[in-house]
Amino acid sequence: MLAKRIIPCLDIKDGQTVKGTNFVNLRHAGDPIELGKTYSEQGADELVYLDITASHEGRKTFTELVKRIAKEINIPFTVGGGINELKDVDRLLNAGADKVSINSAALRNPGLIDEIARNFGSQVCVVAIDAKCEDDTIHDNGDPNIDGNWVCYINGGRVPTQYNLFDWAKEANERGAGEILFTSMNHDGVKKGFADVALRKLSDSLTIPVIASGGAGTKKHFRDTFLNGHSDAALAASVFHFGEIPIPELKQYLANEGVNVRL
Amino acid sequence: MNVAIVKYNAGNIGSVENAVRRLGIEPIVTDCPELICAADRVIFPGQGEAKSTMAYLKAHGLDRVIVDLKQPVLGICIGMQLLCRHSEEYDTECLGVFDVDVKRFQPQVHEDKVPQMGWNTIEDTKTALFSGFEKPEFVYFIHSFYVPKCDFTIATTHYTLPYSSALQKDNFYATQFHPEKSGAVGERILRNFIDLKV
Repeated sequence: MLAKRIIPCLDIKDGQTVKGTNFVNLRHAGDPIELGKTYSEQGADELVYLDITASHEGRKTFTELVKRIAKEINIPFTVGGGINELKDVDRLLNAGADKVSINSAALRNPGLIDEIARNFGSQVCVVAIDAKCEDDTIHDNGDPNIDGNWVCYINGGRVPTQYNLFDWAKEANERGAGEILFTSMNHDGVKKGFADVALRKLSDSLTIPVIASGGAGTKKHFRDTFLNGHSDAALAASVFHFGEIPIPELKQYLANEGVNVRL
Repeated sequence: MNVAIVKYNAGNIGSVENAVRRLGIEPIVTDCPELICAADRVIFPGQGEAKSTMAYLKAHGLDRVIVDLKQPVLGICIGMQLLCRHSEEYDTECLGVFDVDVKRFQPQVHEDKVPQMGWNTIEDTKTALFSGFEKPEFVYFIHSFYVPKCDFTIATTHYTLPYSSALQKDNFYATQFHPEKSGAVGERILRNFIDLKV
């Protein structure tokens, strides 16, 4: 049986791992390759490296880092951040990334998904979506059960769009995305659990895997997103980087709870 | 040990090159028939789509080169599917080393997403490719098409149905999964391939 995946996410700035809380306040959390290797040895199923550098110089540094990651890491890894056109995808896949994650660029130019799928195959194309539940009754309290009008945001969660989460995810699926990585802005950094009601709606309506992101605080949150949110994979950063949840312990817990994981 | 990796228009070839290097062997990545034929081991890797990769192999004369190889050959993912007779992917005639046809997964329930993407177990492993394997082990898959169980099956995986996750016939070995991305288990399989007795 196909296992549910645990995916540590490493935000990279100037060649170093950082983690933002609610997309601001960065704290250092280690060397990207050493950290990736450690996670791989501990049983992480995949890794995501997100380039949060804005400059051209930073992009070159990141591409060099991707080459080094590909040499050292023996599990699949996805890279994202600043991918605007096909030649960015080509550059990163050539450097050795297994998949690329596109976010704002896909919302600005949805045809990019079709182009990536046609040129490199759907399996390399992860569409990342940052969305916020904006109903008046909703507060940023991280309740996994919130649901309502989910608005997609671009530019690192700074600019709202006209797109609704479910419509956009469905469109991305139809255009040839290989996976959807959904980050709930209401839950990110709050550590009260993933947006499981919205995740379940997504997972049950799409024909591609859904990765849950934003809100992991305890082992039970992972269990809940797999069993209640029907997520195919769960991504987190700080709970892993700061050793709050050791991956071997998390996987053993999930196995005991009846979640099929790779041990 | 001289390891050649067949260079063609499929993706993910660099990952295999990196994985062989991690074993302490410097491979050659080449589409040159002489270099491929002269190697001690040949890896036919890749990720991609059957029609265009087959067309490329034929156009470069690599189709004949591959089927005539006498040393241990390891097909990976699309490399394995291309070693079969025919693929449902764009109705493609393949190399025909393994006399079996490649089918598309038919989801049985909503949870059966296609492609299968992620870690699944290999069971009933046979041959020295899996020497040291005593229980089902997890390996990494990404694929929409599969090879049914057949006489050549040397590992079985369950996804919508039990299917062949590895094949063997004479000097030809093949895995549907990606050993180069399957952590320590994958490294062991690659090491076993290099260490095959000829």
